[in-house]
Amino acid sequence: MLDLINVSYDTQIPNNVGLSSDRRVLKALEKWHPGYINWWKGLIPQNFQESLVYLRTAISVDPKGWAKFGYVKMPEYRWGVLLAPQVEDRRIPCGEHVGEPAWQEVPGEYRALMRRLIVIQGDTEPASVEQQKFLALSAPSLYDMRNLFQVNVEEGRHLWAMVYLLHKYFGADGREEADELLLRQSGSDEKPRMLGAFNEETPDWLSFFMFTYFTDRDGKMQLEALAQSGFDPLSRTCRFMLTEEAHHMFVGETGVGRTIQRTCEAMNAAGITDPYDINAVRALGVIDLPTIQKKLNLHYTLSLDLFGQEVSTNAANAFNAGIKGRYQEHKLEDDHKLTNDTYPVAEYLDGKILLKDAPALTAVNMRLRDDYTKDAAGGVGRWNAIIKKHNIEFALALPHEGFHRQIGIFNEAPITPDGNVISRDEWDAQRDQWLPSKADGDYIASLMKPVSEPGQYAGWIAPPRVGIDNKPGDFEYVQLHMA
Amino acid sequence: MNKPIKQHLIDPEICIRCHACVEACPKDAITHDDVNVVVDASICDMEMACIGPCPTGAIDNWLVVMQPYTLEEQLGWEELPAQADLSAAGGDTSVEALDDAVAALLAEAHQGAGGAAKAPASASHPTVNVNGVKNPIEAVVQGNYRLTAEDADADVRHIILNLGPGKFPILEGQTVGILPPGQDENGRPHGPRLYSMSSPRDGERPNTNNLSLTVKREDGGVCSNYICDLKRGDKVNLTGPFGSTFLIPEDPATRLIMVCTGTGSAPFRGFTMRRQRTMPAAKGTMKLFFGARTPESLPYFGPLGKVPQTFLEKHFAFSRVKDQPKTYVQDKLREDGEAIAPMLTDGGTHIYVCGLKAMEAGVDAAFEDIAHGAGLKWAEVKAAMRESGRYHVETY
Repeated sequence: MLDLINVSYDTQIPNNVGLSSDRRVLKALEKWHPGYINWWKGLIPQNFQESLVYLRTAISVDPKGWAKFGYVKMPEYRWGVLLAPQVEDRRIPCGEHVGEPAWQEVPGEYRALMRRLIVIQGDTEPASVEQQKFLALSAPSLYDMRNLFQVNVEEGRHLWAMVYLLHKYFGADGREEADELLLRQSGSDEKPRMLGAFNEETPDWLSFFMFTYFTDRDGKMQLEALAQSGFDPLSRTCRFMLTEEAHHMFVGETGVGRTIQRTCEAMNAAGITDPYDINAVRALGVIDLPTIQKKLNLHYTLSLDLFGQEVSTNAANAFNAGIKGRYQEHKLEDDHKLTNDTYPVAEYLDGKILLKDAPALTAVNMRLRDDYTKDAAGGVGRWNAIIKKHNIEFALALPHEGFHRQIGIFNEAPITPDGNVISRDEWDAQRDQWLPSKADGDYIASLMKPVSEPGQYAGWIAPPRVGIDNKPGDFEYVQLHMA
Repeated sequence: MNKPIKQHLIDPEICIRCHACVEACPKDAITHDDVNVVVDASICDMEMACIGPCPTGAIDNWLVVMQPYTLEEQLGWEELPAQADLSAAGGDTSVEALDDAVAALLAEAHQGAGGAAKAPASASHPTVNVNGVKNPIEAVVQGNYRLTAEDADADVRHIILNLGPGKFPILEGQTVGILPPGQDENGRPHGPRLYSMSSPRDGERPNTNNLSLTVKREDGGVCSNYICDLKRGDKVNLTGPFGSTFLIPEDPATRLIMVCTGTGSAPFRGFTMRRQRTMPAAKGTMKLFFGARTPESLPYFGPLGKVPQTFLEKHFAFSRVKDQPKTYVQDKLREDGEAIAPMLTDGGTHIYVCGLKAMEAGVDAAFEDIAHGAGLKWAEVKAAMRESGRYHVETY
């Protein structure tokens, strides 16, 4: 009998989808495999590829087996194809087909739309690994280096997940798209990645933490929406990816939190009470809170852009077709069709910001973005709790949705983080108060010195409160290869 | 009087509200509002499906309470409350296992310490009761080797159990329950018997998902005969892990004095191998006092001989060697008294005693003599060590 919980190792590609009896797809994936390994090997500096990293690998998709820890060299990581268990008699959760049995094959009429969604999702996964490829060189600890690599290998696995769907359900087109996913390169002039935010290099660790907190959280919301898909294999794939995504959220939230913690501790120890005395705080070798706010402003707004147009017929079509649901669609109590509903969407007209009701169907992007903002605000509150605990008068805040936007109705609008509309000149003059300046970046870069003694941390970041897999403080999370 | 219970709680300062646990819980015991993620004590049946998916470790928190914290209380928390001191209420705060019968067995085994046992300060955080009687984990026998000579009077065996893909987070010093097949005279299934793990947490060889046990065949013993007769490939049902105090300190500055007889050596094999893997270059951090009738009946006599004396200082006591005076572990302790005495007042010293109940009195007397010689009161030293998680007894 086909075992759909435990991972099978009878082919070169670990999987719980019965690949060994699916010759066509197995052959296609085996053909794709060497290209993937080449892509991986060309990415991260060689000595890290040779190092033993304490990583978790899923050996089954049920809660007990999916986080199996052990040392592994990254190129030997068992990337595999893992789908969450099939839910019996699952129904299409939304749109015009609501209540019909979920599709096990792609319905012909939605083929192109669905392929595009899968390719866009798939394109972000290798892109983020490319953006982060040099970070290990300046890791503030072996613990952080391990977390980076865990994020990287799991992004790699998410690419596998999307490539499997392309090979299995989209024939020759799918194979071509799967090859393209390895050809595009983050930041490349000729063949860039599909989304803007994924073509920027991640220059330092605070950027990495902000990226995993804000940008990976967009990924999480997109996966949440695709987990509601009426196309069951896509839903099952995304459901399993979400469990892994939680680790990425964790790296981001605790990374920023530990940076704040260290800054506050250093300020307390030095008797500095004014968080805006930036020179005095920087003299302590930590990152001042106003700069952390600027980084937050940048990454949050870049991530908002990833949700696309506030009012979108593409999004409406995907929802109506039952391909992409709303966040937690199965827990919402309405008719799941949105035919007569409205949803408040901001408008920007003649320098004024208004709230207007739009048809809920065309506003599903906006709704997902609002859910995202709510989710993102939670961690900001917890960061502020750290600051408060140190008796420092400062609070981080998410900027207004119209601030520093490049997509949607607020594109290029001169709006301040507080949501005030000002003139373009005024905005440009104050830009460096709100967003990281070159000097801010240089300062942060100056702190990025690697620390590779087990249990030791760079001076700008506090140690974590709990080890990975309950390991003690001085655990050697990465056994560095000494060439 | 109310009985204290162990309540499963989430640390709000560590939790990142990813809600992976909410999705993982098959009983829907975990819920959340906009602020906190909380566990309903009336629904949670400690199935532990939530532990693996949690990326932060926030999920792995347990407090012993007389009255469980309500959901409303938990939703209002900014941090996890401290463990309340329940000793005034007459409760026993050291919950070692969630299963009453197992807890009673362990409490009895730890009695010899003379008070409530505490884990060493730098021990890894133990997980208990991942698998109960209702959901045991199946292991496959990977090997069954006789440790004692064929002609020795005791048949002690080293059993290696492969956990396959199963997750069984056990630490050195913790015990597993084995469910022997069949029924007792009242027609009820046999309850679990407890055995200390004798391998380190990451397996017989690093990162093999197996564990080993050291089991002596007892005349008429239902479980020991069952285990000693196991063949390679046989399947065994395990429960546990159990025990949250008889653990090895991870702090490399700590020193261990380990005293055992017979199969009481099991946890110390695990301790030794743990330190061989985590601090292979260490010198003089472990002393082992090990008693048996003869070298032929001393489990692991051969392998122990290969561990350098500088890494593990070994003192063997044999009570039945022809033409030699009977020697017991307490005699060997006294012989080494001069080296042990200064260790008794050193805050890095941890003492472990494991074996038959009968050894307790003699070992206690030996420590009393050594302490006395150094102008110390053993009762006071022992109490202080126990209070700080540095004195451990497990006897049966």
